[in-house]
Amino acid sequence: MLDDFFIRALVAGVGLAITAGPLGCFVVWRRMAYFGDTMAHSALLGVALSLLMEFNLLLSVFIVAASVSLLLLLLQRRGTLSTDALLGILSHATLAIGLVIVSFMTWVRIDLVGFLFGDILAVTRADVDLVWGGGILVTFAIVWMWRPLIASTVNPELAEAEGLQPERTRLAFMLLMALVIAIAMKIVGILLITSLLIIPAATARRFSTSPEIMAVLASVVGALAVIGGLFGSLKFDTPSGPSIVVAALALFILSLLTKPRMSGADHSAASQGGRA
Amino acid sequence: MLQTPTKTVQPLVSLAGVGVRRQGRWLVRGVEFSIAPGEIVTLIGPNGSGKSTTAKTAIGVLKADEGRVERKAGLKVGYVPQKLSVDWTMPLTIDRLMTLTSPLKGAEIDAALDATGIRHLARAEVQHLSGGEFQRALLARAIARKPDLLVLDEPVQGVDFSGEIALYDLIKTIRNTTGCGILLISHDLHVVMAETDTVICLNGHVCCRGTPEIVSQSPEYLKLFGARAGQTLAFYNHNHDHTHLPDGRVLHADGSITDDCRPDDGRPVDILPTGGRAGPMRIGHVHGPNCGCDHGPAPTGRGEERRNA
Repeated sequence: MLDDFFIRALVAGVGLAITAGPLGCFVVWRRMAYFGDTMAHSALLGVALSLLMEFNLLLSVFIVAASVSLLLLLLQRRGTLSTDALLGILSHATLAIGLVIVSFMTWVRIDLVGFLFGDILAVTRADVDLVWGGGILVTFAIVWMWRPLIASTVNPELAEAEGLQPERTRLAFMLLMALVIAIAMKIVGILLITSLLIIPAATARRFSTSPEIMAVLASVVGALAVIGGLFGSLKFDTPSGPSIVVAALALFILSLLTKPRMSGADHSAASQGGRA
Repeated sequence: MLQTPTKTVQPLVSLAGVGVRRQGRWLVRGVEFSIAPGEIVTLIGPNGSGKSTTAKTAIGVLKADEGRVERKAGLKVGYVPQKLSVDWTMPLTIDRLMTLTSPLKGAEIDAALDATGIRHLARAEVQHLSGGEFQRALLARAIARKPDLLVLDEPVQGVDFSGEIALYDLIKTIRNTTGCGILLISHDLHVVMAETDTVICLNGHVCCRGTPEIVSQSPEYLKLFGARAGQTLAFYNHNHDHTHLPDGRVLHADGSITDDCRPDDGRPVDILPTGGRAGPMRIGHVHGPNCGCDHGPAPTGRGEERRNA
């Protein structure tokens, strides 16, 4: 069954979407969209270094993305620039350095467009195994540290005071992000990874009454977007990575048209501006 | 468990000479107190006086840069932070909020929600609550896990007056029924007073401390705090041996000036010229051993040099 390239693409894409769902929720809750983007952009530097040093591509991307997130933590501690500006610098610096290095290496020919926008139709059987193996690992880790993750997302000091370790949780979360970016790069590409994290989570929000439901729904929405996008790309002969993102966007817009399910809506009007 | 023969009750947490420094400035310094099981300790003081910093240091959220913080082994803390906002993108009902940091039984959740009077809102999303309802939810969450030490940072903010009294009653009831220690932060001294065992007045350091009885018997206190004068932090005079100057130094009753008002380092450095420039600049007050003070800026880093001089 996995001999067919289209089936392989479907299986890999759905696997990635399921992994990205819960992680994407945290990206949205923690307002880390730009942070995710920065890590994703740094992946190109990882690609360049991997080619330069003839090092494993996946590992190289993972190490660079993780290093960039650690670097950001250090720069934040120094507190000279806002996180926003720091992210902007890191994001484009890593992308540009990656492109410059690649241009120097005249002896290698790389499919730059493939890295930037993904080439899901070219996934191999090994890639499928990687996506599912890595995905199961990431999902297992998220489930395992679910409570500290949620608690430190709501309030790190509260989590710390009540015996959880938000700093360690945050570090683990960044490593998981780096891993997912390394895995996702081939499927949706560096420039579109964050959209697969954020759009399904944002779509799921309106139908969720708990963080757990939202995480599961985000996975479902992401999987639907992958299936829809791939079939769309087959039918209209469009690039597969962007088609998946467009499908996710279509689902998001559809969700906006439905009436949101609001628990406790009975007294929401009176208290909307109640808390500063 | 090791037990010291001299003490019958081991304190839940004790701070000795604790100071926290940020960017070369001491946020608080020389803080000493301990909380025993069943005791309510109230920190009062103006904005920026280091109340929250002190509380966070006591429960290990912040590390002390000097001094010692000792917590009972395995101390279970219930914490209501001063500021907590849940991003609207996270769907979080009160029910779910209750098990944020530890799993609980349904009955435990219901009991805490009943105690705070918000059981009917169990399925409401926290983003839709009013300020008072949200404070109750946070309190319910903190007590539901049956902590040894309850730390409440301005727990009645946004709560109306009758709700405020009810919440303080509830805090007292929690102490009486569970025997937990409570560290309370407030600037509403007049309401807290009746329930608290020890009042500690902070302004970058411990200005004064004492039981509320002593303070509440003072006629000036009754005059100013007996009748509620609104939510604002009232300014009041009481007898004290020092005054805080705008630059953070301390003017003592004998006219000497030091960098700190702790009695053990009241080394005179300078004499205030009478009728001189420093006079009109005073924004401090005269305060006594049991005050809720509301005076000038926190001490500057210079205090350290002077102390070692």
